[in-house]
Amino acid sequence: MQLAKVLGTVVATQKHAALEGVRLLLIQPHDHHGFPMGPALVAADALQAGEGDTVEWVTGREAALTLPDTFTPVDVAVVTIVDHYFGDDEAGGIRQ
Amino acid sequence: MILCRVLGNSVSTVKHPCYEGHKVLVVQPVASDGESALGASFVSVDAVQAGIGDLVLCAREGNTARQILGNDEDPFHSVVLAVVDMIDRGGELTLGPGPKAEQS
Repeated sequence: MQLAKVLGTVVATQKHAALEGVRLLLIQPHDHHGFPMGPALVAADALQAGEGDTVEWVTGREAALTLPDTFTPVDVAVVTIVDHYFGDDEAGGIRQ
Repeated sequence: MILCRVLGNSVSTVKHPCYEGHKVLVVQPVASDGESALGASFVSVDAVQAGIGDLVLCAREGNTARQILGNDEDPFHSVVLAVVDMIDRGGELTLGPGPKAEQS
């Protein structure tokens, strides 16, 4: 589980039938300072997260378990929309 | 399992139903001295009432997390499963909770 910022949404018309109805977000993983960690990822979203939201995400088998149909071919998914989290001292200890 | 230091927590209102009632901690992987940071911080669900400054053991694997926190269907991927009291490396001790200044 890691923190990430939602950069936007991803739309694909031509896709595997199992991905029909699955909302896709472009997310940028980051650490507790807000520094980007690794490349941006495309994540399945069952929570209606939006651009600018901070989210927590999971990888692997757990990703599909967040969706109504738990046998969906996704490997990254959003599990919570973060209200605030411990950040660093420059931000007063609390981010967002 | 990896050694981590608890930095703080993360609070969410909108979440997958299985996360309701669980505390999520921001943790930083550390070396066996309990101080040096290794890699990026991440978030982990607490199963042992760990607190800020504690040295903890984290598992970053879904099956372990689901066995501890839920059932076969819950999307847990990372769990804090122990608060470390002490690490003994050939007589060189690393103590668990709190920063080193409080341990002398």
